[in-house]
Amino acid sequence: MAQIRIENVRKEFGAFTAVQSSSFTVEDGEFFMLLGPSGCGKTTTLRMMAGLELPTSGQIYIGGEEVGMKRARERDIAFVFQMFALYPHMNVRKNISYPLVSQGMKKADVAARVAEVARILRIEGILDKPVGGLSGGDRQRVALGRAIVRNPKAFFMDEPLGALDAEFREHMAGELRALHDRMGATTVYVTHDQLEAMQMGDKIVVMNHGVIEQFGRPQQIYDWPATKFVAKFIGSPSMNFLEFEGMIGVGGDSIDLGGKKVTVPASREGRAGTLSLGVRPEHVRFVDDSSYRGRVIAVEYLGTTQIVTIDTPNGEIKARTPSSQAARTDELVGLDFNARTLTLFNAETGRALVSEANEGVQRRG
Amino acid sequence: MSSYSVTEPSARQKWFAGTLVVLYAVITILPLLWIIGTGFKSPSDAIAYPPKTFFEPTLEGYVNLFTTRTRVTEEQLKEMGEPKTWYERLVRKDGLIIAGPSRFPERFYNSVIIGFGSTVLCIVLGTAAAYAFSRFKVPLKDDLLFFILSTRMMPPIAVAIPIFLMFRSLGLNDTHAGMILLYTAVNLSLSVWLLKGFIDEIPIEYEEAALIDGYTRFQAFYKVVLPQAATGIASTAIFCLIFAWNEYAFAVLLTSGTAQTAPPFIPTIIGVGGQDWPAVAAGATLFLVPVMVFTILLRKHLLRGITFGAVRK
Repeated sequence: MAQIRIENVRKEFGAFTAVQSSSFTVEDGEFFMLLGPSGCGKTTTLRMMAGLELPTSGQIYIGGEEVGMKRARERDIAFVFQMFALYPHMNVRKNISYPLVSQGMKKADVAARVAEVARILRIEGILDKPVGGLSGGDRQRVALGRAIVRNPKAFFMDEPLGALDAEFREHMAGELRALHDRMGATTVYVTHDQLEAMQMGDKIVVMNHGVIEQFGRPQQIYDWPATKFVAKFIGSPSMNFLEFEGMIGVGGDSIDLGGKKVTVPASREGRAGTLSLGVRPEHVRFVDDSSYRGRVIAVEYLGTTQIVTIDTPNGEIKARTPSSQAARTDELVGLDFNARTLTLFNAETGRALVSEANEGVQRRG
Repeated sequence: MSSYSVTEPSARQKWFAGTLVVLYAVITILPLLWIIGTGFKSPSDAIAYPPKTFFEPTLEGYVNLFTTRTRVTEEQLKEMGEPKTWYERLVRKDGLIIAGPSRFPERFYNSVIIGFGSTVLCIVLGTAAAYAFSRFKVPLKDDLLFFILSTRMMPPIAVAIPIFLMFRSLGLNDTHAGMILLYTAVNLSLSVWLLKGFIDEIPIEYEEAALIDGYTRFQAFYKVVLPQAATGIASTAIFCLIFAWNEYAFAVLLTSGTAQTAPPFIPTIIGVGGQDWPAVAAGATLFLVPVMVFTILLRKHLLRGITFGAVRK
């Protein structure tokens, strides 16, 4: 297993820049998520790490060795494709043993390795079946088997659960994470599903338009998004933005939102002009005596919680409240925000203002 | 009342479709059966009017196909004594004796060499070109592909005279190499286009998986792509073979002796000893066999090949 380091890696396809100069480090044994909407460059980044694309510039280190221009087969890594890419003309056993055969391993050793992998993945029963008739989950397991059989330095996975149906995806995500914890293998995982990223990842890189927006642990990214894009992309419903004209000075710990004083974490930078107050829906509270009021436009019941859509003087917001708390359409409610969880954004650039709460995680990757 | 399905055809529809298919099969196979039948008729039965559907089968046609015969006088016949083999007896009936073997086996052999040779060449070159067009960044790719296709936009025979002159100065007239080259040139565009379609359908991930699993590009190509493309290769091979096998016009023009194929040879049988239709039919029947065997062997692939890519699996 190995640490993977990406330094100033850039990829251009003709005039189109798929990945802007990017740097990040995947620590040894980490389950690392590359997250972003389609076309954000996450798959291209992964493919450059795997050697399926060559970077236009920059360095890629796997286990301390610079591999940026090396062929895929010289990098000692394994790749799991979204469509699994099991060789259709071979049975399960042959598929799994194929990477070993290429290394010229002895037949007896191959058989032993395949048996061991089959046991880990609990697919002993299907080893001699053709891959064509397998269920999605079994195909997934065979694809994983082909990846782990070689004991590579790292695993790269490109939306490996994307082809499975929702119910089964949940199950496989758990299985995948458990497998990773057992083997402790460095894994880089590409996904566009923020829930999957939060659920499985030790660390997440959020990309957009070929740029790394933020890099950190799932909770850091959820609680302290570095940009409005990250704030919107992660969490469902996404973070609310209350836009207002105002100012905050260095060390300032409150803002004036339509006449209401809102306490925020002490700011480390000053800014006057259009600002956005970012509030997660679960941090919106209904307080009867609040001077800041909004009208309820819709209520979505979700079991233990409900999503209440409220029209405020600074735009529409969504609140996640306990279902037990009554909320009726057209009702006027007083609103309050949990002061320690707020983030101020520069509305023009979309960047979060550094405050005492988020300064630890706001260093871009 | 019975429920009915929207997609499942009704009994009457099935009956209608079945009848149509059988009718079509009969119409297409009838001339073929007639030719096969004629091969076993005697010359007089073959030209009898009204045509004979039932007749006494004889191998005269096949004997005539494989031999050359000369007429001898009755005295000479008597001098020769009893015929030693069944085919000599068959020939003596008409006052003839066997003078020697005919050239049919040679011509047939030429057809096999040229037909299969050009097919193999077409597939090898076609697969390589199609793979390159499908997977690599080729400058002016679309223009090149169109150019390749455009070679088929006029009937090949339109350039027969230039080809004849070219072949003459290159010394390719009446040679196996010349004919293989010619049929390959004519078929290659079809082969490249068909195979490109098939290779396009093979997800590139298979090769990428192989590249990561430790294989070179070429190993990935022949161990992973080729088995996947087998269906396409088989159906392309059938199309190429059928064209090269049946081609008549160029064969007449460019071959006469050493490299003459069966199609221009078979009609020349007519001239030997009257209109020998059974021998012609026998030749045509035998001529059908290789393509038929080849097609039946690859039938499974051919069916899959034609519908390949039509339905997303």
